[in-house]
Amino acid sequence: MSTLDFKANGLPAHPEKATQEGRAKLVGFWLYMSAEAVLFATFFGTFMTFRNSVNGGPTGAELFAIPMVFTATAILLVSSLTSVFAIMAMQRNLASKMRFWFAVTVLLGASFLGLEVYEFVEYVHEGHTFTSSPFGSSFYTLVGFHGAHVLFGVLWISTLLLRNINRPIDTYVAPKYYVASLYWHFVDLVWVFIFTIVYLFGMVG
Amino acid sequence: MVQNSMKNWKTIGRYIVLLALAALTLSGCAGQENLSAMIPKGEGAEQQYDLIKLTTYVMLFVTVIVIFLFIYALVKYRAKPGDNSIPKQVEGNAKLEFLWTAIPLVLIIIIAIPTVKSEFALADVPEDAMKIKVTANQFWWEFEYPEYGVITAQDMYMPVGEKVGLELKSKDVIHSFWVPALGGKMDTNPDNTNKMWLQAKETGVYQGKCTELCGAGHALMDFKVKVVTKEEFEAWIEKMKKPENPAPATAKAEEGQQLFQKSCMGCHATDGTQRSIGPNMKGFGDRSTVAGYLELNEENTMKWLKDPQKVKQQNKMPNPMQDLGLNEDQLSALTEYLLGLKLE
Amino acid sequence: MATSYLDKKFSLWDWLTTVDHKKIGTLYFFAGIFYFAVGGLEALLIRIQLMYPMNDFLDGETFNQVMTMHGTTMLFFAATPLLFAFMNWVVPLQIGARDVAFPFLNSLGFWMFFFGALLTNSSFFLGGAPQAGWTSYAPLALDYKGTDFFVLGLQISGAGTIMSAINFLTTIFTMRAPGMTLLRMPLFTWSTVVASALIMFAFTPLTGALFLLMFERMFDAKFFDVAAGGNVVLYEHIFWIFGHPEVYLLVLPAFGIISDVIAAISRKRLFGYHSMVFATVLIGFIGFMVWAHHMFAVGMGPTVNSVFGIATMLVGVPTGIKVFNWIFTMIGGKVQFNTAGLFAVSFIPSFVIGGITGVMLASSAADFQFHDTYFVIAHFHYVIVGGIVQAIFAGMFYWWPKIFGKMLNETLGKWMFWLFLIGFNLTFYIQHYLGLWGMPRRVFTYLPNQGWDTANFVSSVGAFFMTAAVILLVINVIVTFARGEKAVQDPWYGRTLEWSIPSPPPEYNFARTPIVRSNDPWWYEKMQGKKEMQYAEPLAEIHMPNPSIIPMIMAFGTFIAGYGFIYSSWFGVFLGFGITGVCMFIRSIKDDHGQHVHPEGLHVEKGVHHSA
Repeated sequence: MSTLDFKANGLPAHPEKATQEGRAKLVGFWLYMSAEAVLFATFFGTFMTFRNSVNGGPTGAELFAIPMVFTATAILLVSSLTSVFAIMAMQRNLASKMRFWFAVTVLLGASFLGLEVYEFVEYVHEGHTFTSSPFGSSFYTLVGFHGAHVLFGVLWISTLLLRNINRPIDTYVAPKYYVASLYWHFVDLVWVFIFTIVYLFGMVG
Repeated sequence: MVQNSMKNWKTIGRYIVLLALAALTLSGCAGQENLSAMIPKGEGAEQQYDLIKLTTYVMLFVTVIVIFLFIYALVKYRAKPGDNSIPKQVEGNAKLEFLWTAIPLVLIIIIAIPTVKSEFALADVPEDAMKIKVTANQFWWEFEYPEYGVITAQDMYMPVGEKVGLELKSKDVIHSFWVPALGGKMDTNPDNTNKMWLQAKETGVYQGKCTELCGAGHALMDFKVKVVTKEEFEAWIEKMKKPENPAPATAKAEEGQQLFQKSCMGCHATDGTQRSIGPNMKGFGDRSTVAGYLELNEENTMKWLKDPQKVKQQNKMPNPMQDLGLNEDQLSALTEYLLGLKLE
Repeated sequence: MATSYLDKKFSLWDWLTTVDHKKIGTLYFFAGIFYFAVGGLEALLIRIQLMYPMNDFLDGETFNQVMTMHGTTMLFFAATPLLFAFMNWVVPLQIGARDVAFPFLNSLGFWMFFFGALLTNSSFFLGGAPQAGWTSYAPLALDYKGTDFFVLGLQISGAGTIMSAINFLTTIFTMRAPGMTLLRMPLFTWSTVVASALIMFAFTPLTGALFLLMFERMFDAKFFDVAAGGNVVLYEHIFWIFGHPEVYLLVLPAFGIISDVIAAISRKRLFGYHSMVFATVLIGFIGFMVWAHHMFAVGMGPTVNSVFGIATMLVGVPTGIKVFNWIFTMIGGKVQFNTAGLFAVSFIPSFVIGGITGVMLASSAADFQFHDTYFVIAHFHYVIVGGIVQAIFAGMFYWWPKIFGKMLNETLGKWMFWLFLIGFNLTFYIQHYLGLWGMPRRVFTYLPNQGWDTANFVSSVGAFFMTAAVILLVINVIVTFARGEKAVQDPWYGRTLEWSIPSPPPEYNFARTPIVRSNDPWWYEKMQGKKEMQYAEPLAEIHMPNPSIIPMIMAFGTFIAGYGFIYSSWFGVFLGFGITGVCMFIRSIKDDHGQHVHPEGLHVEKGVHHSA
């Protein structure tokens, strides 16, 4: 039984699923993510309907600054990797290493958000706003909704870190860390779709 | 045991007789002519009514089987008072379960084939058919005959026996165009044009309804389809095309005309070849209704002009008294003028 | 008998903070019944208005508000919470669990629903209820202030509904008693699984659609602005991607209730259990592929119409399997006609009528006549009233003794049954004909001389019968609470786990977790001559969650934010979300390890009882 499979460090091999509560949290969170995926799918569908309804304003191909978006993508993907490092550290009961990697994740997330805000400001200057066209409305709905998720993730992981700054890893907090990292992967994955469907397809026209 | 089941059969028999009686009583009711989908007067409505009948029969067949088994179960297997024995526990029966999976599939095929056939037939609007552009508004209908350059409102004229292609669109919210006795319905959307055809088999005045909730006046957004002979239709077109209207017959009507030109012209054309924001008034005096549902007469026209919101809530027409500053006498003059707008 | 969960002294604080699934079920139940009465009253107003042609009891605008709120209330604020009440009450008991997986979330889900429903209904007093129908199609809905209340109320209650669905699924996946394999779960639990999955994947598109409406109305977005290149049909698609599964997620739990009740009153194992499970899953699955049958008249073209038409007809197959399985459960059994039984049995023909008209509607070419007429009204009311509501009544009479420890009055119950049966057939049967005779739905009045007068009058008379039935039900509940007969542990000679524990159950449900050795585990033990279940553990301390007021405050925050959005007050929005955010923060930084309770002594079950 995995709960009895203690390593030398005093934690079960998978501290996040060692308790019934932890297991339930994981199952529940997977379900939550699948439901959220459908919500994003709705916004993707809306965006695809309106991607060419620019109402006389600039098109995606004219707007999108691919190098910057590509940088943002790279940042987010790296942050996914650092959150994996954090979870690996957690499973080895290396609390400070875990905190370090989560802190890096948060910083990367925050810089992604900074880039996104900068990008939006640019677009608004070029006449691509929320109210300028169905394309604009659906673009900001989809990308903004994702941005809100990143922001929430940043706040969430920061709260976790601050709350447990001096606390050793145990089977009570491990599921919390694990679920937060799952959320982070989910948000990254959604971004990969946004990058492909909104930006890359948008460049092709 | 045998006697018992005989008794049960008798009970079931009585139930069936009752059911049949109920069905007969109801099948007598087909609704009102020129309105009911159960008295089809057009090619489309006939096809649809045939499908309705087919699906009803197939479904009645299913219902009879289910009700028969149901009543059998109720009568035969109700617990007798004081009987606390435990019945045999059965898991299921693979053969039976297969049967009631397979048979419905067959029934679905029986329904599906004519459905698809008819679906495609109804969607097939012939290229060379006469066209009518139907535009829905809150809460009235505009009919344009592009081949003839004629525009009218509320009463749609079409020739008997001929397939007429409709192009449906809305100017504001979603409405739906429905003439039950002639054919099915089709939505009018603001963002695309839908197509359907109608073909009437008999002349007459058919009732049309809006079937998509479009605001407080939705229930009253009726229209008429006037199916006439080819000759009558062409005569009607000719009259509609004439730019001039009959001269006002009285001084009062003359005053009405002036008032109309001052206050109403901005939204209502009286020339049957022009589009206007509100309903075109050419031939108003020949229409069946005012406001789409009230019998056309002086009293009802006045009623409408005095307070359009009371007659049809949430409609877009300004109030002639409050917004346009007309008094009751002026409305009366306007009424006289409008009722005199006949085709000649 | 052990102390029941109801024995604690009543206090308002206790109900506001409870995380006990039985109490949350009770909250759902009474909130649901309240809105059922509100929605019923609205229905009555509709039928009074339509009793005579050109009646002026309600004007067009008021009628549209009442009609919109009737649909919205009945689907979102009555049927959904009533079924959630049963899921909360029964599912943990049926799988041998002590609570749900996320008791805190469970409470939050309830309060979100509660405040969402309150917000939407408050529109009646704040300048007019929504009036664009429960479908709230753009662009019509964009014209009305009431739409804001519709959007935000549903957004809040919808979030609560999604949470609850995730909670039920997790509970069923992770907290089943030893031996309770998936294919031993009672049908009601199975239908909860499928309905919850439908909620997860259907309410989320609704959330999306509501966001679009909200952004359009409040922030001037251009999704539905045709002049700017918008598209109004998109909303219809998203709405029905939600809307069709919505109907199934209501009717599947109803199927579940009927399956459990029919097996119990027939004293016989459910016929074809495996095909029943399979059919439930299949209906849920097909439910996502038929949405466009609500849109045959939108102009999607013959190919799309045909595909969706045939897909819809296919729903008839698994549904047919269910109907035959129910009948064959009765055949060979000993059917007891108590009130629960009467409702369960009469469910079958009523639902069959709703089902066959459903197949007729699926015939897309014929649907050009049926669509948006009273035929459709008749069809879905046979499914919803004849089906779902009758199932809710059956479930109510069946599980009431377990939850409240008292038997509902059978005499009143049978009177109610007959009144209701006559009432809804009077009201809705004739409406099939009205539709074919040319009467569109959602009309606030109709002209005389169209041949509809008598039929409408008959239909309205039926509504009064149904009203009388519901009043009898309310009387019944009051009488039962005041001086109802005490319920024994197993009044129906039941089959599933909930009947193996006392009525009402103790706070922790099962003093010791039972071992499940068969389908219908309690029946199985009884047939083995056992007086109680076999247990998986010795009597020991039981771990239970802590009560908390936070869920209520958290939901209240969204309620305030909702008004903030409606009245374009950023202060309100920030205040509301601030409250919610602070609650989330507190919840997340405060450790909550739950509490331990001691089950009473050595728990000995009383002998097996059943009514003859």
